[in-house]
Amino acid sequence: MDVGITRRGVLFIILTALSLLHGLRGEVLPQPNGGVTIIPHINPEDDPQASLEPTKGNSALFKLNYPRIQIPLEITLWMLLASFAKIGFNMYHKITIWVPETCLLITLGLIVGSIMYFANEEPPAVHTNTVFFLYMLPPIVLESGYFIPIRHLFENIGTVVWFALVGTLWNSFGIGISLFAICQIDAFGVHDISLQENLLFASIISAVDPVAMLNLFEDVSVNEQLCIVVLGESIFSDVVTVVLYNMFNFQAKKEVVKATDVLLGIAEFLEVVFGGLIFGIVFGFVAAFTTRFTSKVREIEPLFIFMFSYLAYLIAELFSMSSVTAIVMCAITMKYYVEENVSQRSCTTLRHVIKMLASISETLIFFFLGIATITTEHEWNWGYILFTLLFAFVWRGLGVLVLTLIMNPFRTIPFTFQDQFALAYCGLRGAISFALAFTLPDFIGRKNLFVTTTIALILVTVFIQGITMRPLIGLINIRKTNRNLYTINAEIHCRLMDHTVAGIEDICGQYGHFYWKDKFMRFNDRILRKILIRDRRAESSILALYKKLELQNAMLILDVVSGDISAAPSIISLYEEKKSSSKPNKLLAVEVKKMHDILSKNMYKIRQQAVSFTSKHALPNDSQPREIVIRRHNSIRRSLQSHGFHRAGVSTIHKYHSLPAGKSLGSKLSPGRRSHADVQENMSEVVYPSRTPSPGPAPLSSPLREVPSVHDRGKSGRTRHGMSRTSSSYSDSHVPAPRRHSKSSTSDKNSAGNFREPHHKAEEPEQQQRPLSPPTAWAAEPKDNVTQHPLLRQPQWNPKKM
Amino acid sequence: MGASQTHSAYKYQDLMTKTGFSLEQIKNLHYRFRQLSENNETLSRENLENIKDLADNPIKKQIVEAFFDKRNQHQNEMGSFEEIGFEQFVMVMSHFRPPTPKMTEEEKLAMRKDKLHFLFNMHDSDNDGKITLEEYRKVVEELLSMSGDIEKDTARGIADAAMLEVASTNVPNMGPDDYYEGITFEHFEQMFKEVEMESRMHVRFLDVDTRTIHCGSSTS
Repeated sequence: MDVGITRRGVLFIILTALSLLHGLRGEVLPQPNGGVTIIPHINPEDDPQASLEPTKGNSALFKLNYPRIQIPLEITLWMLLASFAKIGFNMYHKITIWVPETCLLITLGLIVGSIMYFANEEPPAVHTNTVFFLYMLPPIVLESGYFIPIRHLFENIGTVVWFALVGTLWNSFGIGISLFAICQIDAFGVHDISLQENLLFASIISAVDPVAMLNLFEDVSVNEQLCIVVLGESIFSDVVTVVLYNMFNFQAKKEVVKATDVLLGIAEFLEVVFGGLIFGIVFGFVAAFTTRFTSKVREIEPLFIFMFSYLAYLIAELFSMSSVTAIVMCAITMKYYVEENVSQRSCTTLRHVIKMLASISETLIFFFLGIATITTEHEWNWGYILFTLLFAFVWRGLGVLVLTLIMNPFRTIPFTFQDQFALAYCGLRGAISFALAFTLPDFIGRKNLFVTTTIALILVTVFIQGITMRPLIGLINIRKTNRNLYTINAEIHCRLMDHTVAGIEDICGQYGHFYWKDKFMRFNDRILRKILIRDRRAESSILALYKKLELQNAMLILDVVSGDISAAPSIISLYEEKKSSSKPNKLLAVEVKKMHDILSKNMYKIRQQAVSFTSKHALPNDSQPREIVIRRHNSIRRSLQSHGFHRAGVSTIHKYHSLPAGKSLGSKLSPGRRSHADVQENMSEVVYPSRTPSPGPAPLSSPLREVPSVHDRGKSGRTRHGMSRTSSSYSDSHVPAPRRHSKSSTSDKNSAGNFREPHHKAEEPEQQQRPLSPPTAWAAEPKDNVTQHPLLRQPQWNPKKM
Repeated sequence: MGASQTHSAYKYQDLMTKTGFSLEQIKNLHYRFRQLSENNETLSRENLENIKDLADNPIKKQIVEAFFDKRNQHQNEMGSFEEIGFEQFVMVMSHFRPPTPKMTEEEKLAMRKDKLHFLFNMHDSDNDGKITLEEYRKVVEELLSMSGDIEKDTARGIADAAMLEVASTNVPNMGPDDYYEGITFEHFEQMFKEVEMESRMHVRFLDVDTRTIHCGSSTS
C-alpha cells in the first residue's frame, strides 16, 4: 500500500535524522542551574561535529549551534516521531484493534533505543524526579479528572473508592510481603532488600493504567459500570500509589519499622488525601468563580483553567498533600461550572488542549520506556522478576475477587464473574509505574533491579495481556451497555424515572443515591449556580436536548438557504466540507448577518456535553449533531434541488436514512464501533442557561418546511450512530450506522404527509383532534409572542401558517 | 418477642410472596406506613402530600396518584381508591424492587413489564389504555415545571416531538389522513426497547430494622 510506504518512508527518514543528530552532538552542555534538570549524557568522543566548528573558524555564514537548542530539539523530534507513528498506526486500522497503542509506542521507543544503543549514545535523562512530577504527571491526571463522567462516578463512588483504595493497598502490601518472603530465600540472591524497599517497589507496580482497557471496553461496548470502575480506580489508585510511594520512600530510609510508624503512616495517608481533596475543591470553585467574569477576555479563558488546576497541584505539593487528588478534584469541581460560563470556542480549546497535553506526556513516557529498556543498566534477576510477575497477577486477581465479594451486596447492579475477570485481567501497568520506578532515589541499593523488574512487568502486561485481552473479552459473555439515549422519549422517561424514584424514596423515608443527588442538585441550583455561573437560569436537560436538536435543524435549514453560515465553530469544519457541494440561495446580507448573530448566541448557550468515558487519546465525541446535520443537509438539499421549494421534498425524505454523502468524507473506520456518548449524564446534570429573547430572524423567503424539520427532530432522536472512535484521532467524519432503514423511510414519508396537508392547503381547517396537527397550532402560537424561544421561530418561516 | 415475631411473620407471609419483599423490608415499610398515616389503618392522599421532601418533586401529583391507582395493584381493576391500606402501599412499592441476579429470564421480563406498566399508568390518567397527546403534554409540562422559566410552548413542543417520534416508529405506514390516537402499551414498551430501565427504577429497600440499631451494632 503506497500509504504504508509513505509512512514507512517518513518514519525511516525521521529515525535516521534522529540518530544522526544524536551522533552530531557538540560539547557537553553545562548543567543548567535550577529550573529544568535535564542532563544529557553526551559522549564527546564520537562527535564529528566538534571537529567541524573550530576549523570553520572564520566562516560566518554557516554556523551550527547545536548545543543551544539540543534539549528542546530532541524533545520536539521525539514528539514528532511519536506523533508520526500514531498517524501511521491509525492508518492500519487492523493493528489498532488488536494491539493497544501503548504497545506500539513502546515498540517505537525500543527501536529508537536500539538505534541509540548502537550509536553508543545515551538518551537525555528526561526523567528526573522533578521533571516527572512537576511537568509530566499533571497533564495526565488533569485529563483523567476532567473527562471523567461525573454522574456515573458518583453513582458508583463507593465501588470506585473501595477498589482504588483498598485494592491498591491490598496489592501493594500483598506483593510487597510476598516478595519479601521470597527475598528471604537465599537462592535468589536478593537477601539484602528490606521490607520497606519491597513495599516501596510493590506500591510502584500497583498503579494501573486504564487507557488500553478502556479503549477495548468501549469497542466491545462493555457495560458502563465496569468502565467507570476501571476509570475511577485508575485515577484514585494513582493517588494512592503516589502517596504510598512518598510514604515508603520516606520509610525506606529508616532501618526499623515501628508500630508507631505504621500508625503515623496511616494518619499521614488520610491527611494527605483529604488535604488534597480540599485544595482541589477550593481551587475548583475559585476557577469557576473567575470564569464568571471572563466574558470580555475570551481568548485567555482556557488559561485560567489551566493555571488554576496547575496551581492546585503545586500548592498541594507545597504542603505535601496529595497533588494528584488536588488536581483531579479541581477538574471535577470546576468543569461543570466552567463549561457554562465559558464560550464555545474556549470550551473546545480547553478540551483539545487538555487532551493534547495528556497525550504528549503519555507518549513521551512510553517512548522513553522503550528507550530506557535498551539503554539503561539492567540488573536481571530471574527469580525476583518472575516472582514479581506471578505475584502481581495473582494478587490482582485475588484482590478483585475478594473485594467484589465484599462489595457486591452493596451494589444494586452486582458484578458478575465476567466483570471480575475483565477487571482482573486488564490490569495493565503503564506510564506511572515506570516513571515512579525510574525516579527512585539513589539510596535504594537495588534500584536497577527494581527498574528492570518494573520494565519487565510493564512489557509483559502491555504486550501479552494487551494483545490477548481483546479476544478474551470477546469470548466471555460480558454484559454490554445501553445504547445512547438520544431520543426525546427516552430522555423524558429517564428523567421521569429519576423523579419518581426520588419521590418514592421520600415516601419510604429511605435514602438512596437519588436522595443525595436530589439534595445536591437543589443546593446546586439554589446557591452554587447563582454564585458561580454568569447566566443564572436553570434549565432542564430535556429542554437542552430539545434545543440542541432544534438548533441543528435550524442550522441546517439556514445553511441550505444561505449557504454561508460560519457562525458556529463546532460545525465549521463540516460546512467547509459541504460548501463545495451545496448550492446556496443567497439571501440579503442583512438577513444573513442576523442569522449569524442568533445562531452564535444559541450556539454559545448550547453545549455539546456528550462525554465519552474512554480513551485518553480521543476527544469527547461531538459528532452526533454534526452527523445529524450532514444527513439532513443532504436530504433537504436533494429535496430542494429535485423538487423545488413548493413540493415539500416529502417524497425524497425517504432518502434520509440511506447512507449519506458523509460516507465519502473518507472515514476508514468501521461502522461497528460505537461510542458511549454519555448524553444522559450531562442531560440530567447540566443546566443550561435558558435562551435569551432574541428577535426572530427576518423570515426566510423560502417557505421552508416544518415538514422535514419537525420530522427530523423526531428522526434525529433515533439516529443511532455507529460512531467510530480510534484511540488517538478525533474524527470529524463517521460512517453512521443508521438503523431501521426501510421502516422509517416510509414512515418519514407518511407522517411527513400529515404535515403536508396543513402546509399546502392553507384553507384546510385545523384539525384539532388530530394529535399531530397541534404542531401547526404550535406553529401559529409563537407569532404572538415576540420574545419567544428563538428556536421555535422556525414555524414562522412558514408564512402560510398564520 | 418471640410470639409477636411469628405472629407478624404469619401476617406478612402472603404479602411477602405477592410482592417479593423480605420480612424485614415489609416490617420497615409497615413502620413507615404507620408513620405516614398517623397510626390509622388507611392512608389518604393528604398524608402523602404532606411529606415535606416530596414538595420539591415536579411530578409529585403523579406519584401520589400512582399509589391510589387501582391498576397498580395487579388486579385488573380500574379507577382509583380514596384511601389505601398497607397492602396496597406495599404493592405499589414492589414495583421498585431491583432485579436480583437469581431471577430467571421470565421473571426479569415480568418485572420489566411491571415497571413499564407503572410508568404507563402514570401517564395515562384517564385509564383508557392509551397515552394521548394531551396526557403526554401534561406530564412533560409537569416534569419541566420546576426547571425555571420554561415556557408552555416549549414543553408542548417537546411533547409533540416525542409523540411524533413514537408515532413514526410504531406506525410506519400512516397515510395522510390517519390519526395517531395515542401511545398504547406496546408502543410504550417499544420506546424502551434499548433502555435498561430496571436498574434506574429501583429503590434500595433497607433490610435492617433501623429502629433497633444500637450504637456499634449496625449491620447495614
